[in-house]
This record gives sequence, structure tokens and C-alpha cells, in this order.
Amino acid sequence: MELFLNILGAIATVILAFIVGMSYGGIVRKITARVQNRKGPPWYQNFIDAYKLYSKTTAIHHGWMHRMGPAFLMVSSVVTLMFVPVLNNGGWFENMNFQGDLIFLLYIMVFGSLGMALGAGQTGNPNSAIGVTRGLSQMVGFEIPWVMALVAMMIQYKTTSITGFIEVQQESGTWLMFSSPFAFIAAVLAMLGMFRYSPFDIVGAPSELASGPVSENGGKYLFTMMSSGSIFTFAKLTLYVDLFMGGANNLLVLLIKTFALYMVPVLYGLVSPRYRTEQAVRYFWGWPLFFGLLAIIYAVIF
Amino acid sequence: MSYDKDSHKIFDFIQNWARKHSIWVLAYGTGCGAIEIPPTMTSRYDAERLGVRGAATPRQADVLLITGYLTTKTLKRVIRVYEQMQDPKYVIGFGSCTINGGMYYDSYNTIKVLDKYLPVDVYINGCMPRPEAVLAGFAKLQQLIAEGKANGAQKYKENLEWYRENQKRISPHWVMPEYNW
Ligand code: SF4
Repeated sequence: MELFLNILGAIATVILAFIVGMSYGGIVRKITARVQNRKGPPWYQNFIDAYKLYSKTTAIHHGWMHRMGPAFLMVSSVVTLMFVPVLNNGGWFENMNFQGDLIFLLYIMVFGSLGMALGAGQTGNPNSAIGVTRGLSQMVGFEIPWVMALVAMMIQYKTTSITGFIEVQQESGTWLMFSSPFAFIAAVLAMLGMFRYSPFDIVGAPSELASGPVSENGGKYLFTMMSSGSIFTFAKLTLYVDLFMGGANNLLVLLIKTFALYMVPVLYGLVSPRYRTEQAVRYFWGWPLFFGLLAIIYAVIF
Repeated sequence: MSYDKDSHKIFDFIQNWARKHSIWVLAYGTGCGAIEIPPTMTSRYDAERLGVRGAATPRQADVLLITGYLTTKTLKRVIRVYEQMQDPKYVIGFGSCTINGGMYYDSYNTIKVLDKYLPVDVYINGCMPRPEAVLAGFAKLQQLIAEGKANGAQKYKENLEWYRENQKRISPHWVMPEYNW
């Protein structure tokens, strides 16, 4: 019975993540349109697109790795989601957590991109190959400040589990973004790269690279990627909220916090042109790295 | 996939509704008419509010937009692009050049009637058509999709031999993969 309820809870979590992620995507399209002085598509446009993609026939076959690529992405997103506590008190949205799950998450979060990279490599499309190399370089860029921020927090609060961080925040009554500000700054700057909005949209540049790794995927492949992207967005935002903003006690608070956080990369992206690869890497190895170092020093001293 | 207009299945209805409101366009912009695409997509006319947006590659696209004349040299590429697109797919002929040759009616190196080589669902006439006309063309396509009448791809599949014959007349050195979907 217990197991059954847990499975049901996991399914509910995935559905919630899908719906919220897709709606956020639609709202972002609307906001982009408003910033560009357009009317923009309705907020549910992403659902229509997803359904249409799903209903297209898919007669592309470049080999098994190519077929597995989107599946890897999906697995990575769902597993990430399973380890991120959605609400503080658990409730319906059960999650798996153990001592050290934050370190595990660091690995599993890049797993999807690596699988996708292998899949894109097999299509033989030069645009895909260029996109993959760009994506991996960018990942090398933002992973370093992100890991440094997390390591700093692990040192400071002597825990490696996400629920541990939530407990720390509940006991002390402040959010970690205030009690370890440098780690927060480094993590937010790394987030800009993680979400791949401009100026870091160098991977899927539509007119420059014909959407990069995705270029040989249409129909159902694209549907899988789109939904896994939405789930991943929600998982990452929730992770940030759990780590730095005290988690959330109910869904409404969660939505408000994640949305506010999501606006950082979106709005920053709306006013920025695209970087070249080496500029992006240099960006991450500049100030974000500096703040990461500062965070570690701060954590060791205090 | 049934495009039968008399089948009033609710499933088809929903599917056509989704297709109608989510049109991803691959603009094959070699003709001069391509210059009208940016104003259609950007703030002034904002085609995205109708669900029309650009796609990066043929794999992702629903609509192939042929913006104007096609030279005999590019025809082969266009056909390859069209055949890489996934069903359901539509073709919009943009500008008088695609209808009857337009001002290139007597040119030695453009094709005149696009419909002989690719199944065109909607024509937009004008030389060049203004963004309003382009939007009207998209509206027409939406209407056809909703009624289940935009079945150019079906036509292409059924009359492949006839199309191939015409295509090979233009490009005699035909080395292309088989059309298999
Ligand atoms: S119809 Fe006119 S504007 Fe369009 S491609 Fe032909 S000549 Fe150019």
C-alpha cells in the first residue's frame, strides 16, 4: 500500500512538473512577445505545440543511439525531479532522498545532456556536432561555479542532502540566500548558463546552427525533448528554491518563488545578444568563479 | 492518418485543431519575396499570435514556404527538403512566380508552375505579397487544415511517379534517396 501510494505520488509529481514547466514556457513566450512589443501567442501555446508534435508521424531513423538520445534526456529529467523535494513537508509529492543526494544530483543532471550528445553525434549532421561541442564547452563553463557554490554550502552547513538544507533554513529562520550570499550569487550566475536563454543560447542557435543537436529530430522526438525540458526546468527551479529560498510549504508559494527565480535568466536573456562560445566560457570563469571562490573562503572561515 | 472530411471523429477534430494552431514554417527564402517574411514575423504583424513560428530544419517544420521563383538548380534541394519533412506537411507557394512564373515567365532557368513539382496547398499571389496577404494565406491554410482538406502530402504520395517525371525533366542527373514515407 505504501509503495503504491509512493508510485502514485511520483506520477503526480511528474504531471505537475510537466504542466508547470510547459505553462512557464508559454508565459515566457508571452513575456518575450510583450517585451518586443508584440501580442504574442496564448500562454497555452506550448501545449498545442506539444500535442501537434506528438501527432506527427516520425519516420527518421539514424541508428539506436539517436533514438535513445531523447529518452536519456527524459530519464535524466525525471530522475532529477524524483530527488528534489517539491514541498517541505512532502505530503503528496513524495521524493527519494538520502544523505548525499545533492552530489548524486550533480552527476545525474548532466547525464541527459551527455546522452543527447551521443544521440546527436550519430545523426551525422554537422550542425548537431557543432552544437554538441558548444554545449559541452558551455557546461564546463557553468558547472564550475555551480559546483563551487554547492561545495561551499556543504562545508558551511555540514550536510549533503537537500532536505538537510531545508531543515537548516527552517531552524535558523532565514533563507540561505541571505546567510551565504556569495554561494547564491555564484549559483544564480551559473543558472544563466543552465537555462540556455540568451546570451547563452549558443547551443541551439536557430539560424546559426539550425537548432544544433536537435536539428535531425522532429515529431515525437521533439515532443519528448520538449516535455523533458519542461520537467527539467521545474526540477531545477525547485532545487534552487529548496537550497536558497527556504523551500515552499504549499504549491502556491512554490509557484511564486520558482517563477520569480525563473525571471532572472529570462529577463536577462531578453536584453542580451548571443555570446560566442569562448565568450560564454570566459564569462563563467570570470565573476561567477570569483564568487564561487569567495563563497568557499566564506564557508571555511565562518 | 485519415484526412477524410466526413469522419467526424472527435479525435480528428482535436488533432486538426492543434495542427491548425501550431504551424511551424520553414521559409525557403531564395526568391525576392523572402523579404516580406521578417515583417510578418516581427512586431508589426506578429504571426506568432496565430501559432505560426519559424522552424530551423525540415525535420521540425510543418509548412514549406517557397518564397518566389525557384531556379532549376535549387529545385532539387527544395524537393529534398520537402521529402525530409514529416507528415502532415503543407506547401505554400508565395508570390506570382510560383503560380505561373510571374515576371520570370520567359526565363530559361526558373521553373514556372510549382504545382507540377511539389503539391501546393495554398497560393499567395502578389509580386510581392504584403504581410497582410501572407497572413491571409496562413488563415486559408488553417481553414483547410481544420476542414481536413490540406492533403497535398497525400496527393504527392499517390502521384509520386508523375511528380518524379516532371522533376527529372528539370534535373536530369537525379541522385536522390528514395521517398519512403
Ligand atoms: S513574385 Fe515577384 S517578388 Fe516574388 S519572387 Fe517573383 S518576382 Fe520576386
